[in-house]
Amino acid sequence: MIKTDFILDAKGMACPMPIVKTRKIMKGLEPGNVLEVQATDRGSTADIKAWAESSGHYYLGTTEDAEVLTHYLRKSSEEERVEKKHPHVVSNEQLQAFLDGTPDALVLDVREFAEYAFGHIPGAKSMPLGELEEAFGDLDKETEMYIICRTGNRSDTASRKLTEAGFSKVKNVVPGMSEWNGPMEKVVQ
Amino acid sequence: MIVQPMTVSTITKKVVNKEPFFILDVRNEDAFADWKIEGENIQYLNIPYFDLLDGVEEILGRLPVDQDIVVVCAKEGSSIMVAEMIAEEGRAVHYLQGGMKAWSEHLEPVKIGDLRNGGELYQFVRIGKGCLSYMIISDGEAVILDATRMTDVFLDFADKLNVKITHSIDTHLHADHISGGRKIAEATGGTYWLPPKDAGEVTFAYEALEEGRDIRVGNTKIEIQPLYSPGHTIGSTSFIVDDTYLLSGDILFIESIGRPDLAGLAEDWVGDLRESLYKRYKELSEELIVLPAHFMIVDELNVDGSVSEKLGTLFAENRGLNIEDETEFREMVTGNLPPQPNAYQQIRETNMGKVTPDEESQREMEIGPNRCAVR
Repeated sequence: MIKTDFILDAKGMACPMPIVKTRKIMKGLEPGNVLEVQATDRGSTADIKAWAESSGHYYLGTTEDAEVLTHYLRKSSEEERVEKKHPHVVSNEQLQAFLDGTPDALVLDVREFAEYAFGHIPGAKSMPLGELEEAFGDLDKETEMYIICRTGNRSDTASRKLTEAGFSKVKNVVPGMSEWNGPMEKVVQ
Repeated sequence: MIVQPMTVSTITKKVVNKEPFFILDVRNEDAFADWKIEGENIQYLNIPYFDLLDGVEEILGRLPVDQDIVVVCAKEGSSIMVAEMIAEEGRAVHYLQGGMKAWSEHLEPVKIGDLRNGGELYQFVRIGKGCLSYMIISDGEAVILDATRMTDVFLDFADKLNVKITHSIDTHLHADHISGGRKIAEATGGTYWLPPKDAGEVTFAYEALEEGRDIRVGNTKIEIQPLYSPGHTIGSTSFIVDDTYLLSGDILFIESIGRPDLAGLAEDWVGDLRESLYKRYKELSEELIVLPAHFMIVDELNVDGSVSEKLGTLFAENRGLNIEDETEFREMVTGNLPPQPNAYQQIRETNMGKVTPDEESQREMEIGPNRCAVR
């Protein structure tokens, strides 16, 4: 079960209605929100993907269960323009090299769970930014931790929050999963 | 303005007659790049329907005023929506009835010629996908070759001509489209024929198509002689009909030749392909009229919409028949392979009877061009 901010039931609808409805719902969502679209029109996968690309939203992936296709989308946000402030930064390549020698290193993936579900670094823990503070108690303050998101901005916010809370070895991974070339795992098949 | 549907049959006639018209294709860009309605004098504009939801004002200037405009999408829903928006702006516009789905499924029968003793030979042109099926009739009976899954078209046609289908033949196990051959044999009580070397994994009974086992239609002397011609598949079989026509299956096309890799054995079968084309076919009369199981581009259509050419002309003009050097031939065939047809493994399994997808899935599997040739 992937947690989302809104579920659109477009089952039984024929093209163009799944996209028309998706577009309408998306307009009302907050930036960064995740939308789940349930559809039975087989053509909806290619169209949702192409529409997301054309409109600047992120297509996360699709799962298939019997007749129903479930598409996951994340609404675009302004995050790309934010200046990164956390001082300790590592590149994707540095993290990959480190993981090669230390496979059990702590990697916190602060994207939404739906994003994590369709592709994350093997062994990374899912900890969506919005739920991060609840998890402070479960983490050791002296452990080295690598914080990753899609482009390095949410992870920047998360890194600063962790540092303020007394975690001392926090590194932000930049740019993050949008350009990750290393191995990946999925939660969904 | 009122939006008018345009049928696939009307579009087929426009394509065959090389009429100019304008297509506004509102499918997404990948789908359009992969497969579209082809025609010599068609102009295109591809804007996905989801980029037009706020209005069509911006594209009105790009639509011609002196040509028919046809809005096209996958299944017609989006094209109706976009066509209505254009009509509201006061422009005359059509949409393709049934969309690309209907385009993919449309069969246009064309008479190829009369046979001796009163028989007739028809070609069924699947214009949207480039598949060609055949019906040979004589003396109240009919034989069908390489039938597509739209079996009603063949059954209705036979009814109209008042003939009984006695045999249904596939020249090989198809990988680009789902065969209707077995279904037709079941519906008519006829015999289904398939080359045994292609039928190793099939789950149903069939009659073995082998050289020497001639098939007769009616009581007349029209003979359908199988000619073993491997290369596209290991079982691929051609037919000489009435000493006049060479039904070449997927071995030889008008402007290209068959590809040897769709069952996974390009390296092994390229030698067979060469042998079939350069030796077996070379021994045949140059006067034979070649009738292939596919065409790839609309340029291959004759003025009457049929697809055929004399064997001698193909030996003179088809590049695939004119590569002297065997190594060069091998490289041309195996080094040059186009992408495989959509869902070709699933299609092969369906044609073997291993899986039975529902109609909607069968449609999806067949989306796109046939891609059975190398040039």
